[in-house]
Amino acid sequence: MPIHDQGYQRYGGSRAAQGRAWWVIARTQLLSVVKQRRFVVLLIASWVPFVVRGVQIYLASSFQQVSMLAATAQTFREFLDQQGLFVFLLTIALGGAMADDRRANALQLYLSKPLTRVEYIAGRLVPVLLCILGVTFLPAMLLIVLQIAFSGSTAFISQNLFLLPAITLVSLAQALLSSFAIVALASLSKSRRFVSIMYAGIIFFTAAMYQVLRAVTGSRAWAAIAPGEMIDVIADAVFRIRATPPVPVGVAVLVVVLLIAASIWILDRRVRAVEVVA
Amino acid sequence: MTRSTVVELENVNVHYAKNWALRDVTASFPAGAVGLLGPNGAGKSTLIKSVLGLLSPDRGRMQVLGLDVSRAPLQIRSRIGYMPESDAHFPQMNAVSFVAYCGELSGLPRADAMQRAHEVLFYVGLGEARYRAIDQYSTGMKQRIKLAQALVHDPDLLFLDEPTNGMDPKGRDEMLELIRDIAHNKGLNLILSSHLLPDVEYACDHVVVMDKGTVATAGPIAGLKGPAGRVFELRIKGDTEQFVTTLRAAGLECHATDEDIMRVFVPSEAGAPLLFRLAAEQKVQVRHLRPSVPTLEDVFAKAVGEE
Repeated sequence: MPIHDQGYQRYGGSRAAQGRAWWVIARTQLLSVVKQRRFVVLLIASWVPFVVRGVQIYLASSFQQVSMLAATAQTFREFLDQQGLFVFLLTIALGGAMADDRRANALQLYLSKPLTRVEYIAGRLVPVLLCILGVTFLPAMLLIVLQIAFSGSTAFISQNLFLLPAITLVSLAQALLSSFAIVALASLSKSRRFVSIMYAGIIFFTAAMYQVLRAVTGSRAWAAIAPGEMIDVIADAVFRIRATPPVPVGVAVLVVVLLIAASIWILDRRVRAVEVVA
Repeated sequence: MTRSTVVELENVNVHYAKNWALRDVTASFPAGAVGLLGPNGAGKSTLIKSVLGLLSPDRGRMQVLGLDVSRAPLQIRSRIGYMPESDAHFPQMNAVSFVAYCGELSGLPRADAMQRAHEVLFYVGLGEARYRAIDQYSTGMKQRIKLAQALVHDPDLLFLDEPTNGMDPKGRDEMLELIRDIAHNKGLNLILSSHLLPDVEYACDHVVVMDKGTVATAGPIAGLKGPAGRVFELRIKGDTEQFVTTLRAAGLECHATDEDIMRVFVPSEAGAPLLFRLAAEQKVQVRHLRPSVPTLEDVFAKAVGEE
């Protein structure tokens, strides 16, 4: 007789309440990517600008001779702009999970478990969202903390109180647009590589088209076709940057909202279309 | 719904575009092992999807394990296990991680899910291969891992869709043995959807046969097949035509099968002695007499109107 019965046993333990499966999906994906060396390298690299800005704030606070390096609202706007490259790379690195699920027929397994379609989509969205906020919102807020710590006063933040909602708003707009777009694209394909190409294509192609149409027609209103330009318009507005926007900020917000809504519509259609029984 | 019924459907109607996938389906799936049979397009898959709460019927009421499907689909899914027909897994996982992940998705705490994953993988016969990447598994191993993920959260009801698909004869026998063990010794209820009638006959006690979106027949397999021994295969030496006339005159139904073998239906309890007596009276020699054992194939063919 074996020491431990290896036959089938009934389970008498506890079960979690429903509605937490999205976190199981998100956590598993996050744990899986942090095991990849190239992802860790990318994550570390995305924090290098934070270190550079931190040194800048330290020098400006400590040495009068380099006071021209002192942080302004523009510094934070530029920082978020610089992080755009890492947002793009992280989005591509994390966004193809649903394509992998489709290739492995995993959606029918997910949907046979006690979780809703919304929970599944949330589980695939949250890792992208968290990582993007982790390289935009989090370091930007930490820079404010460093500014207060190195200068030894809250004068800067008192004079620029709008920075807190501005950083939050721009980071969220960027994170929501990128994560919804890549997850929606991933729901259309079974190839992670193809999803990356599609996403990069949309970002670069729309930006290039904007420049071409602007050169041909002389109108900057064509910026509305480029999602990256729309995020810039919103960022300039909330950071109170004095620049003439190519389109009114309301239009930029509308474009971003429409793109997110279109992504949600695609996701709803694609996940609903899964045949649980082939 | 009685305690002994795990799934009950009342006048369920489902349609895709202009086609009715389920038409006024009323059926009960009793506790134990039930086979779900039917040709392609019969409505088996639609029925399973509806029961899982992934399809809303146009009309009708469905209950699974005493719960209303329209009101508690998630509660139902937490108490059922589903083994899909097609190859399905979560990418970049080995068998233990995969099965444990399925347990967590079904609400098990992480540590319990991992322990259960090891247990069910041993039970389905994948103990030694559980750390290998799933992509390297053979078809038979993939079938076993799909069964393991359906079992990990200890469901009360299992839906098995073509569980022996693509398996070699030995693997198929082992899988059927597992299914039979689950249903008959472990106290789990299961619904086995398969086109392989011998599989259903071996593992199940009841059967629901679907055809063209309706239930063609349902009941205990033994009952549907009818009592053995009332139909006989018979071969004689002598005047066959005369003997057939005699049998029919005695009220027995008689059909020719192969060249010289006839099938005789004996309605009373008289059985073989009656045939011997009639043969003796007609002075014909009985060369072959064997009770004809009805199979599930006969039941299926009769239900879907095949010859």
